[in-house]
Amino acid sequence: MSDQALIPGWEVVIGLEVHAELATVTKMFSSALNRFGGEPNTNIDPVSLGLPGSLPVLNEKAVELAIRVGLALECVIQPSVFSRKNYFYPDMPKDFQISQYDLPINGVGSLELPDGRRIGIERAHLEEDTGKSTHVGGGGRIHEAGHSLIDYNRAGVPLIEIVSAPDMRCAEDARAYVSELRAILVAIGASDGKMEEGSMRVDCNVSVRREGTAGLGTRCEVKNINSLRSLGRAIEYEARRQVDLIESGDEVEQQTRHWNEDDGRTHKLRSKEEAYDYRYFPEPDLVPVEPSDEWIAEVRAALPMLPRERRRRLADAAGVEPSDTALTVERGMDDLAVDAIAAGADAARVLVHIANNLADGVGKLTAAPFAALVAMETGGDLTATQAKSVLADLVASGGDPATHASTHGFEAMDTSELEALVDRLIADHPDDWAGFVGGDDKERKKKAGFFVGQVMKATRGQADGRIVNELLARRSAEA
Amino acid sequence: MTSPENPRLSREDVAHVADLARLALTDDELDAFTGQLADVLDHAADLDALDLDDVPPMANPFPLVNVLRADEPGNDDVRAEVLAAAPSVEDGRFRVPPVLGEAP
Repeated sequence: MSDQALIPGWEVVIGLEVHAELATVTKMFSSALNRFGGEPNTNIDPVSLGLPGSLPVLNEKAVELAIRVGLALECVIQPSVFSRKNYFYPDMPKDFQISQYDLPINGVGSLELPDGRRIGIERAHLEEDTGKSTHVGGGGRIHEAGHSLIDYNRAGVPLIEIVSAPDMRCAEDARAYVSELRAILVAIGASDGKMEEGSMRVDCNVSVRREGTAGLGTRCEVKNINSLRSLGRAIEYEARRQVDLIESGDEVEQQTRHWNEDDGRTHKLRSKEEAYDYRYFPEPDLVPVEPSDEWIAEVRAALPMLPRERRRRLADAAGVEPSDTALTVERGMDDLAVDAIAAGADAARVLVHIANNLADGVGKLTAAPFAALVAMETGGDLTATQAKSVLADLVASGGDPATHASTHGFEAMDTSELEALVDRLIADHPDDWAGFVGGDDKERKKKAGFFVGQVMKATRGQADGRIVNELLARRSAEA
Repeated sequence: MTSPENPRLSREDVAHVADLARLALTDDELDAFTGQLADVLDHAADLDALDLDDVPPMANPFPLVNVLRADEPGNDDVRAEVLAAAPSVEDGRFRVPPVLGEAP
């Protein structure tokens, strides 16, 4: 992945901050609903509006989900404290956001990519989401807007912010990391991971350095990345921008930049000098969170299988490398594959069918008929093409592969019948046969195609092309 | 004792903090608050006389941890009331003056 440099002579260093909304019923600090969509300002209460006298009380489920994330990312789970991050902006009516600062609930951990490499995790902490602003007038652009409209449905929704180490070296690594992180969050039920609905958001820190040097260059943080595709584009644009600056004798300034999907560029939001001074201090209305060993053990025991464990399990069952099972696990078909293999199906065929013929889902297909189908195919009762169409039947309506095969008229042909047919075709087409027997490779290939075609025509596609070719070769050797 | 030349805190520091808190202070107020805030810091600095290396910072004076609530919805239907109380509302949303720049 990273051995091919994006920009020759340069190395790109990438760290990601991913915010994911936690899948609770209610908000982080109050009993208003945590629900996407709906009429504006329906899921609000005095706490989400920051009304005077309202007090936050921490949602136990949000803490449990944060612990799940910590366990899945092999983080140190530690005593933590909430802090106030102070700033004035209408999306936070309290004029501060409650977050974790110097004492996050999850400390260092790591994430394993499908290819086995590990990306460091620096922390994964809890914080509350902000309200949603819509800028009216000026074509939706902030600076030209006439006024803004605020919906506080999202204000106070629990978030986990997962901060990676600067361990990624190319856009592809970053995409693989986000994709794996999303799969983990969905697998453990912590978040729905929907980037398009904003329930998972990615900020990206990018710096560049000359290949072979060790120090870190000045970084820029890129915000407003809404899809995996934008993530890759934003990194490539930003890295190129920084290299161009340095190569033309300038310096990279530490900035926060905004990715613009329409023009495919990043734009400066603010420089380090204008960086916000958030004046963090401990939130006096909340007490520390110190998950007990018992609680952590309980959460660990209830943790479902993680994507990396699924890849390893299938790899062991199929006798392949874990990276070869990534697609099957990503499609959620690894249980099916493991069960079909356990029922005796050829592992390679199982994985091929999943990769090529089950892109639209398994429908009514279950492991036992899948295994039976693969057995018919590997046993020579069905050709690959026939197996594919029987598989489609199993997906559409379930049932038994043998029944579907006979409905299509896919009967394995008796070889003696096939032999008689080949002999008759040879007798009926002497010139073509002479071409096959005496021709050069090209001619031979052409004539083989002709005879196989004739056999298929006579058998309505039921014959196995491989066997026909064998018969032709045998007769030719006898001639 | 107010001490405008306190090394812990300059007049510029106070002006900066006031700006961050969106407080408009007169010159006289800046002088007064610089002195008062410096006194507060001097008072807290008494702790420096103690060896506190092994004492973790206290986030809260209460001897409590893990004060949690169950993840159950409440029934605070305040929508109509708060929208009616807002200075300006449009399409069920709070209407505010144009904001300068993105959220920090």
